[in-house]
Amino acid sequence: MENEQLSLPNYNIPEDMTDVVAITTLDRLYNWGRRSSVWPLMFGLACCAIEMIAAQAARYDMSRFGMEVMRPTPRQADMMLVSGTVTKKMLPAIIRLYNQMPEPKYVVAMGACASGGGPFKEGYNVVAGIDKFLPVDVYIPGCPPTPQALIAGLIKLQEKIDKDSLKKVRWYQKGKEDPNYVPMPVLGPDLIDMRRSEEFKKAAAVKEGA
Amino acid sequence: MATPIEPTLRQAQGEAVDLAARFPGKVTAESRPSYSGFMVEKEALLEVATAVRDEFGYDLLAALTAVDYIEQNKMEVVYHLHKTTGGAKLVFKTQAERVDPIEIPSVTGIWAGAEYQEREAYDLFGIRFTGHPDLRRILMWEGFEGYPMRKDWKEAFYEEEIKPYKSRWPEGKHTYAEFKNPFRDNLKFPANFNPDEYKPEGEKDLYSSLERVTTHNEGGMKTDQVVVNLGPHHPSTHGVLRVAVTLEGETVMGLKPVMGYLHRNHDKIGERNTFLQNMPYTDRLDYFNSMSNNFGYAITVEKLMNIPVAERAEYIRVIMAELSRIQNHLIFIGMLINDLGSMYTPSLYAFEERELILDIFEAVAGSRMMCNYFRFGGVVRDVQDDVMQKIKDLVFDRLPVKVDEIERLLSENEILVGRLKGTKVLSAEDAINYSVTGPVLRASGVPYDLRRADPYSIYDRFDFDVAVRHNGDMMDNYLIRFDEIRQSLRILEQALKQIPQGPINSQKPNYQVKVPAGEAYGRIEAPKGELGYYVISNGKQNPYRYHVRPPSFVNLTAIEKMCTGKKIQDFVALLAMLDIVMGELDR
Repeated sequence: MENEQLSLPNYNIPEDMTDVVAITTLDRLYNWGRRSSVWPLMFGLACCAIEMIAAQAARYDMSRFGMEVMRPTPRQADMMLVSGTVTKKMLPAIIRLYNQMPEPKYVVAMGACASGGGPFKEGYNVVAGIDKFLPVDVYIPGCPPTPQALIAGLIKLQEKIDKDSLKKVRWYQKGKEDPNYVPMPVLGPDLIDMRRSEEFKKAAAVKEGA
Repeated sequence: MATPIEPTLRQAQGEAVDLAARFPGKVTAESRPSYSGFMVEKEALLEVATAVRDEFGYDLLAALTAVDYIEQNKMEVVYHLHKTTGGAKLVFKTQAERVDPIEIPSVTGIWAGAEYQEREAYDLFGIRFTGHPDLRRILMWEGFEGYPMRKDWKEAFYEEEIKPYKSRWPEGKHTYAEFKNPFRDNLKFPANFNPDEYKPEGEKDLYSSLERVTTHNEGGMKTDQVVVNLGPHHPSTHGVLRVAVTLEGETVMGLKPVMGYLHRNHDKIGERNTFLQNMPYTDRLDYFNSMSNNFGYAITVEKLMNIPVAERAEYIRVIMAELSRIQNHLIFIGMLINDLGSMYTPSLYAFEERELILDIFEAVAGSRMMCNYFRFGGVVRDVQDDVMQKIKDLVFDRLPVKVDEIERLLSENEILVGRLKGTKVLSAEDAINYSVTGPVLRASGVPYDLRRADPYSIYDRFDFDVAVRHNGDMMDNYLIRFDEIRQSLRILEQALKQIPQGPINSQKPNYQVKVPAGEAYGRIEAPKGELGYYVISNGKQNPYRYHVRPPSFVNLTAIEKMCTGKKIQDFVALLAMLDIVMGELDR
């Protein structure tokens, strides 16, 4: 038991009992459990995925942070690591996977491409950053980020989890719709984001008039 | 200092075969300056192509690509051919008027390896190949507007034809590309487009190309064939490949790969970039082997520029490319066994050695994976003595022992042998017909290695054997990777002993290289097969046409042939055998 993360400070526990006793709050216990078992979705898009694998291999060993259990199914995953260039053709699959993940769920944009298009931003098949569709919790810069950078980003995510409170987290609020549900984009003449269809209609009409 | 190198290849291939004399009136020798090969009349294409294969013996279609000559109002298709017995390549081209529908006969009946490459030319250029068995879009989706590689097709974030853009340099008053686009994003819709009424085309064509049969068994029982989609999110497809498989029970009756999920428009961006700006982009093709990708692109542009390479740099290039091959094959072995069900442990052994090689790349280039290390005429930085010592320690002491250890741990494992031995991958004839190159071809018994067949750089100075195995089953495909690692180590040992001191670049460092007009096709033996670059310069600072012939993409053409009639479990292993990387497959 790692007491420095679990126990509340300022409570003196006798030294011979530190391994078995902790005095803490429910929030802290809850967050401690969650931050130590973030299961990523086994999901690689491009070059960054190779560094993600390297981060799991023996030298960097992500399992030190409780993140080595890669789940191939989104139903068991807590975190989506968007590791690489998001293309328009791939986007519907990513959105579907994201919508299938149960709450609580987190999105980490790994690398320049996932964060904002990166070197391929001008490409006609490239989505300039996954944050145009999914709410991103942590951005990791780099092309590709080194395994150290990836681990640093994941520690940032753990810090974010530490600040949650059982009372306030959205996935225990009753009667509220999932605010993170993203409607599926459609592959038409170009990628159609259905949330913006009105806007597109207007812009396409103006274009002909001009 | 710059003594021009002998234009051996360019001259030799003109003399090798005289198609123009064989087909007077139908074939003419290329007349454009600094171009090579022959121009074939469209109507005579199939006749000439058949003769090229049967009479002249060019059995391997290496690369097929299109070029849009918008000023001449022509669309051109370029064919590069090799003999698997070695020797110079043969190039011929055919042209069609640039008026839709552009039609050119398909050569899939002559070289089956043309199938995906023709589909790609159809997808990106809109050339209809008459007689093609399955002409659908391949990288983009059905319903996408326009043919993006045409010169008059502008992407949504289009700024100018040529980089560096005036908005960035020299003043640098850059605004976000999103603000200039009417849709406020990387999007482009036709006029008066109404998203609410749009009906997506779906994938009728894909599924109609996969037959579904219902058979009636004895006793009145009906059996349906089922179509299963593997991917694009699937742990065994090595990235974002999707494969639609028709199954009867566990037997694969037919399959179609669906790709383009990582199509990041390498060619289009490459034609906007200056020549040197493309170098870091090549890193991201086959992201395991950025050094090999750099190598291929550098020698192609050097061919165009007609410049020599510094002696020390030649050795550094070979050392880096062979180190890259070793780590690629180690990862292949680890990932193959991962796919076979032994999760993680063998690949951890592979990654351990890979990390040490990546340390060397990081020391010389500054980056673990995306090295961006080669320059036209040499390399960007010298290898310091301490790094050289590290390479020597690795090559002479550590890697030979470790490779033996990995082989001893794995190769005699009963489960592995039972799984791999006897499952045929490809016969030699099929491999050649489907344009398969690299270890898969050599494991089928064809000793075709570009380092020997058409030596580039300084590979003719080294003593090494072309690894070849003759059964063509999965076990051979697996073992040949060990053979190749050992041969690479042999080359490395010689290179490390012979490497001289001296300058590392024959040119002055220059951001804007001057490339004379002309065309060049450079090819190297990348770890996965033949990596080719087809570059056309028109004398400006960026390439007029920039095309990559990736080994993964062309090798995948054979997947249907490989898997039909086998079990679905074997499909996973067979796909792993091809050693595909999506970065270069989709580009």
